[in-house]
Amino acid sequence: MEKGKGLARRWAVELHDASSSSSSSPAVPDPPGFTRSAPDADDAAGARQRKDSEASWKAQKAWEVAQSPFKNLMMMGFMMWMAGSTVHLFSIGITFSALWQPISALRSVGKVFEPFKDPRVDTIAPKLLFIALNLAAMGLGVWKLNTLGLLPTNPSDWVSSLAPAPEVEYAGGGIPLI
Amino acid sequence: MAAPPRRLLFALLSGILFVASLATLAEAIYEDQVGLADWHQKYIGKVKQAVYHSQKSGRRRVVVLTEENVISSLDLRSGDIFWRHVIDKNDPLDHLSLSLGKYVLTLSSGGTILRAWNLPDGQMIWETHLQTSTTSKPLLHVMSNNKVAKDNLVLISSGRWIYAVSSIDGAILWEKEFSLDGLEIKQVLQSPENDVVYAVGIAGSSKLALYHLSAKTGEILKDIQETLPGGLSGEIALGSDNVLVALNKARSSLFLIEFKSERISYNKVHVSDLVQDLSGTFKLQSLSNGVIALQTSSTVSLLKLKDIDGLEVVQRFDQPAAVSDALTISEKDEAFAVIQHVGSQIEFIVKFTSDVSIEFIREMVNIDQHRGNVEKVFLNSYIRTDKTHGFRALVVMEDHSLLLIQQGKVVWSREDGLASIVDVTTSELPVEKDGVSVADVEHNLFEWLKGHMLKLKGTLMLANADEVAAIQALRLKSSEKNKMTRDHNGFRKLLIVLTKAGKVIALHTGDGRIIWSNLLPSLRASRFDGKPSALRIYPWQVPHHSVMRENPSVLVVGKSGAESSAPGVFSVLDSYSGEERNSMRLDHSVAQIIPLTLKDLSEQRLHLIVDSNSNAHLYPKSPSALNVFLHEMSNLYFYSVDIQTNVIRGYSLQKLCDINGDEYCFSTKELWSIVFPSDSERIAISETRKMNEVVHTQAKIIGDHDVMYKYLSKNLVFVATVSPKAAGDIGSALPEEASLVAYLIDAVTGRILHRVTHHGAQGPVHAVLSENWVVYHYFNLRAHRFEMAVIEIYDQSRADNKDVMKLILGKHNLSAPITSYARPEVVVKSQSYFFTHSVKAMAVTQTAKGITSKQLLIGTIGDQVLALDKRYLDPRRSANPTQQEKEEGIIPLTDSLPIIPQSFVTHSHQVEALRGIVSIPAKLESTTLVFTYGVDLFYTQLAPSRTYDSLTDEFSYALLLITIAVLVAAIIVTWIWSEKKELRDKWRLYLCNHLTTKPICCELTLLKPYRKATYAIINSGHETKELSSSNSSFHKAYLVLKVL
Repeated sequence: MEKGKGLARRWAVELHDASSSSSSSPAVPDPPGFTRSAPDADDAAGARQRKDSEASWKAQKAWEVAQSPFKNLMMMGFMMWMAGSTVHLFSIGITFSALWQPISALRSVGKVFEPFKDPRVDTIAPKLLFIALNLAAMGLGVWKLNTLGLLPTNPSDWVSSLAPAPEVEYAGGGIPLI
Repeated sequence: MAAPPRRLLFALLSGILFVASLATLAEAIYEDQVGLADWHQKYIGKVKQAVYHSQKSGRRRVVVLTEENVISSLDLRSGDIFWRHVIDKNDPLDHLSLSLGKYVLTLSSGGTILRAWNLPDGQMIWETHLQTSTTSKPLLHVMSNNKVAKDNLVLISSGRWIYAVSSIDGAILWEKEFSLDGLEIKQVLQSPENDVVYAVGIAGSSKLALYHLSAKTGEILKDIQETLPGGLSGEIALGSDNVLVALNKARSSLFLIEFKSERISYNKVHVSDLVQDLSGTFKLQSLSNGVIALQTSSTVSLLKLKDIDGLEVVQRFDQPAAVSDALTISEKDEAFAVIQHVGSQIEFIVKFTSDVSIEFIREMVNIDQHRGNVEKVFLNSYIRTDKTHGFRALVVMEDHSLLLIQQGKVVWSREDGLASIVDVTTSELPVEKDGVSVADVEHNLFEWLKGHMLKLKGTLMLANADEVAAIQALRLKSSEKNKMTRDHNGFRKLLIVLTKAGKVIALHTGDGRIIWSNLLPSLRASRFDGKPSALRIYPWQVPHHSVMRENPSVLVVGKSGAESSAPGVFSVLDSYSGEERNSMRLDHSVAQIIPLTLKDLSEQRLHLIVDSNSNAHLYPKSPSALNVFLHEMSNLYFYSVDIQTNVIRGYSLQKLCDINGDEYCFSTKELWSIVFPSDSERIAISETRKMNEVVHTQAKIIGDHDVMYKYLSKNLVFVATVSPKAAGDIGSALPEEASLVAYLIDAVTGRILHRVTHHGAQGPVHAVLSENWVVYHYFNLRAHRFEMAVIEIYDQSRADNKDVMKLILGKHNLSAPITSYARPEVVVKSQSYFFTHSVKAMAVTQTAKGITSKQLLIGTIGDQVLALDKRYLDPRRSANPTQQEKEEGIIPLTDSLPIIPQSFVTHSHQVEALRGIVSIPAKLESTTLVFTYGVDLFYTQLAPSRTYDSLTDEFSYALLLITIAVLVAAIIVTWIWSEKKELRDKWRLYLCNHLTTKPICCELTLLKPYRKATYAIINSGHETKELSSSNSSFHKAYLVLKVL
């Protein structure tokens, strides 16, 4: 374990848990030169500005998250192209993961945008984009399923087990017994 | 294809199946699987002649000649076959004899072929072809103790010819053709001195001719002819050394003819003085020393000859009886046996010809009731330890079975009626009763486990030779397959066979043992000229599950005479016990039997019997049957293929019948007829689909998701005609003269759906029709090879049912009932291929639901059964199939069909004189039961697409159990691991939360050595002994902690 790495970590952790660290372990003294009262000294304008920037940052992040399935989509498309159109384990796996990923993403769409929830941030549009992209990804999966011939879109899929039609007439006979 | 190309969730499964089936185009079994699911039984047929080995040879064997054209050597101790030759049907064997004590001589083909076989092993020694007229009955006489030549002369006479052949090498020593016109030699005798051969013949109807020939050269020493008044019937027997007994033409009197003196002198005796009952047949049997047995249809009389003066009746047997030939015991004396029925037993009587009144042996023998009367007896003697003569006899019974009787007991019996099976049907076994516990069958758990451990050892190749043998024995005797109850897979059934003798025998499919047999009294009573004509056997009543109390039954249809107008006989038998439930004599003849798909209220199947006057009679005669039938009558038709007149006629049924008052009789009206031009075509074969065939789907899906609708009609008839010139054997016609025309005909309307001509092709034609295809086999004269052609027929009128939405919503007419009068458009695809073998019989595999792919079962000329995948006979095969077609499983086209040695289902066995192949579906869709009969019987189970729906017998359950145990153990172990890991993680979390120096601490706690220490730090502050005792790396950590 290197010292430098440990120090870098400590740094990062401090920043992230700034609010909770003081409450959870009050016994540990603050490092030298650290003044806890500094942020409290901010004026109201600064706070609003800060909140504005946070909101814009959240909005930006939300859009980023909303667009993230696109990358996925491209990758999936490439994978599908690689998998080919014959039914085997690989192509089946790819297709089903291509179907499953958008579905699971759509189910957790609320959770994904949870961090960006803010009265001042409009998350509807990113959500819609997110949903649209995931639907597109699902469409791709379904299309792949069809190219693999796993969707009942041909007449052959509907008649393959159709029992023979009954016959009205019956004729028996043959060569007479001598 | 292993499975239909269904999509959706089946796609993966079918893909796997398809790959599996591709990998195993040739399905075969391993050597150690032989006899597991199959059995093979050897028979010889009804014995007509038997000769025993001489006592000196010390071997207790008998050589027999049978009506199935088999010569065989049997072990007299057990009845087992030592060796056997099945001779082709067109070379019928007439006589059997022994010569020089080491050769078996057979005379066949009307006296034209004489063969000598080595007695011990049955190898052929020599064969001689003789030129005789084949129309007459040949005679074979082996001269004994010839002093003239060193070897025994064999005399063969047929018609006007007489030959003397050396028995050593088969060389013809001399031959003689008598000049008298129309002469037929009836008796060949030798003089006591062996230098003169007497030949007695009849010319015309009344002229008796006697020739004395030199045994050395064959020259005629003396030639006497005499015309007898009233003519002769041709029945002649040798009364004594110098008296012949001949029946006159009117069958009213016997001539006693003295022939060894200078002139022929004769005397006439009226038969009516000897026997009262003169009706029926007459048979004279000479027993030497002046004793003659006279057999009429009901009695046997022993007559003693008083020189030429007359005959006296010594004894009469009024019960059905049979008399053996005379057997030389000593210089002067000969013995013969008479077997007569006394109640349910038979009486075995041995007499000497020197004094017929004395009975040397009289024994009562108990025999099986279902064997009928004694037909033939072959007597043999042996020397007992006390130097007296003992006698035993081979007895041929009415049901063609062969028994050996010795010391009042049946030593062994052979059920040789099974060599002449006429028809086969099957029956389910009874359902297992609740009372029968599984434990009774499975022995006990320990045995079961032991067996499976052995199998496991075998699977893992750990078994030694003894254990391998034990495994094999275990598999073979597997009691499971021989139980008398229905099984889940439907492998256990009863094969109910009807034999030529009119006997019905039920065989168990597990091991082929006889469950019951019944020589049908109704067929026996109606015997005609000793030949009962059993025609067909059908399932009669197959009770539904709800009325399981009733046993199923089978219907046997027979005829009471040989001619076509002879009235029919019905007999209904219980399938489980073989008892005759009822029988009836029909008042009409039986020309056609049409089993209908209808059933009456008591679940008896409806059958239409068409008589020779084209009236149809409905059976069973119950009101409910009539009700059901009348309801359907307007849709019932029948057709008749008349080979003699070259016409196919179709009829409909009408209410009224010529016979008044019989409401179960229906007249018929001719609707259509197809007349083939008799100068260019002759009907060779007519074939239709099997009644019980199940078709899974009406659609055939081809590679590009396209659909073709099969033309599936039960009324489709395949008829093949050959040109009359090419109706004979192969080679008798030129390719230009020969042609074969194949027709597909709708039997309701008479419409010819398809017609194709094969130029230069000729019969014999064999065909099989299944689903929407027909496969037929013929000879191509131009290519000098056999060919197989396939025709597939599709319904074009349904082809435009391609709208998916309509199909999804069910708005299509594909399930609507179809009528032949709609005249649907059809398209036909066909192809033909060369095939190496000539064919004796052809069938197709049948499965329960018709999903499994089909295999053709081809009985080859080598008496084996070849399973040929239908995919080889697919008209869509092409030389270079596209990728899509390859995916579909289409095999690239080759000019000939492959014969893969592993695909012979009979493996190493031969089903001698193969005549029929029957495929019976099991309950398990993948499997079909195949029963093949000829002189031999063979049964096996086939899985055309492998057993995709069950585990094989070889499946090691022990291995499965072990695997499960290992998996459970693995689960427990990993669970413990995961518990431990969870504990560790909790520890880390705990420590992380208690130590402010999180990052390093968290990292450290991951390492086991530090955990305890860190725990100690937290518990007891910074100064503990454990700290000081820690190693250097811990110190490092401690330092870090201190710093923080």
